[in-house]
Amino acid sequence: MSVPWTRIATYGVLVLFVVLYLMPIYVLLVTGLKSFNEVSLSQMWDLPSGLHFDPFRDAFKALDANLANSFRMVIPATIFSCLLGSINGYVLTKWRFPGSDIVFFFLLFGMFIPYQSILIPLVETLQGMQLYGSLWGLVVTHVIYGIPITTLIFRNYYANVPTELVEAAKIDGASIFGIYTRIMFPLSLPGFVVVAIWQFTSIWNDFLFAATVTSNPNIQPVTVALNNLAGSYIVEWNVQMAGALIAALPTLLVYVLLGRFFMRGLMAGALRG
Amino acid sequence: MAGEADVRRPSRRFRGRLRSLISEQAVATLLILPSVLAVVVFVYGFITWSSIVSVSDWHTVRADYTFVGLDNFRRLFNNFRFQIDIRNTVVFTLMFVGACLVIGFTLASLLDRHIRGEGFFRSVYLFPMAISFVVTGVVWRWLLAPRAGVNLLADKAGLGSLQYDWYTDPTVVHVTEGSRLGEALNFVHLGFLADANYGIPLAMISLVIAATWQASGFVMVMYLAGLRAIPEELKEAAQMDGANEFQILRHISLPLLRPVTLSAIIILGHQSLKIFDLVVSMTRRGPGFATDVPALFMFETTFQQNRFSQGAAISMVMLVTVSLLVIPYLIWSLRREARL
Repeated sequence: MSVPWTRIATYGVLVLFVVLYLMPIYVLLVTGLKSFNEVSLSQMWDLPSGLHFDPFRDAFKALDANLANSFRMVIPATIFSCLLGSINGYVLTKWRFPGSDIVFFFLLFGMFIPYQSILIPLVETLQGMQLYGSLWGLVVTHVIYGIPITTLIFRNYYANVPTELVEAAKIDGASIFGIYTRIMFPLSLPGFVVVAIWQFTSIWNDFLFAATVTSNPNIQPVTVALNNLAGSYIVEWNVQMAGALIAALPTLLVYVLLGRFFMRGLMAGALRG
Repeated sequence: MAGEADVRRPSRRFRGRLRSLISEQAVATLLILPSVLAVVVFVYGFITWSSIVSVSDWHTVRADYTFVGLDNFRRLFNNFRFQIDIRNTVVFTLMFVGACLVIGFTLASLLDRHIRGEGFFRSVYLFPMAISFVVTGVVWRWLLAPRAGVNLLADKAGLGSLQYDWYTDPTVVHVTEGSRLGEALNFVHLGFLADANYGIPLAMISLVIAATWQASGFVMVMYLAGLRAIPEELKEAAQMDGANEFQILRHISLPLLRPVTLSAIIILGHQSLKIFDLVVSMTRRGPGFATDVPALFMFETTFQQNRFSQGAAISMVMLVTVSLLVIPYLIWSLRREARL
């Protein structure tokens, strides 16, 4: 019986990595639950003496307006992203035109550029459009720079819908919109979930655009506010930790509930290796 | 001949359909037009605009488009902070991509052995991907604070002598001039490498740990999908021929996984060239710019010092670097897709 040892070693390594990956979450939770009397850094790894929610209360008080900002930005941006991406994916797979592959290539490249290279014109343009410093400015920004990835995911999704189905509908006289609303849209609901989760997560987590476009603290999304909180010397470190958990909670919840779709989005974003 | 032509001529009804199909095609093209225009303006137009700013003399709040040629780039490459940034980016990219590939592949190959609770393990390794880099930065800043976190844990385990100052350590490990290695480098005309500009800033390790914690699960998922795509018969045949598990991994799985490795390298590599959020929230510039990166330099130069042209020059260098990595990859993967 030499087999069990390799099995045990395999599970041992896997469990070790589970501990390593969850270590930050343990510290986050434990720190957030400690009372203000036990916040010293030397007790970082100790369990709290009881369930005190003081740090969470403080962090929530500091971040609640920004959490609301994040939701108000991320929901419309996600909806518009899904609609645009699905229309683009539909056209690029079922209504291909000469040069549509080249169009797709140029769309795709927009996904990889370092956004630093468009930041200065973006600020100038948003100022010109009276959108600088507003949540709608951020929504527009995220929708536009989300076009490449959402188009990619929907294109890959629609490529699996049999073209014969669409051709048959065309012969039967269905219009481009009819085919979309009656065939493609109902078939692509899982695709919508994948794209919605992808956009929700990446827009919620964005920092660069948020920090550039919103300088007014009343408008800032939660990532920027958390960074300010963590950079402040008067805020206790356990409040910072509690704030980090609060800022991560919405996307973590989505991950826990819909992890399967999150993973598919990741793979689509990876361009199918 | 005439009869053949007659047969081929479409009926009137079909021609009507054809005409409407052509106009439908026009509608389809119109539908995608807004997106194409948005990308043309906001990506390609803005890149052009930035490149114009980068050769201008805009160094105050007020826009100034006086052409100054490559002055900003010349100044940039002579700037000691930017030279450090290049070193840091190279060091970070190599360590981060390397660590993610090794950990991701290890976890994937372990998970591919009919593990009970595979779904649980997979979700744990992947969950950091759902979190913002800012959150990661805040958490790891406290976990790697010299007098807390990991050092404290090591202390409690009786490993106090291993104390290391993490991201506050200003040490840059490099070959010193006059040392035996330095002399050897001199001998092959590479003496210039014996310099801190070609060293490894130890503070970078902290950033690498945090970033790897966040991204290695993603590589694991990619490798796992790749492993699952390898036909079972191939491995069975090798087994019949007497190959052991390691030999199968080495001679069958690894070569077949090469495209996955390439994709992972490009995706992680282009992310690490742009890394910003994590640095801002975790370490900022670091001691002696030990954790400074081009994106942070660009942001401070542009939006805090209002030296827009200098900032645009940094962003152009970043764009060219990323493009050199991504464009060949995009062409390769689209061609591959077309072949499949």
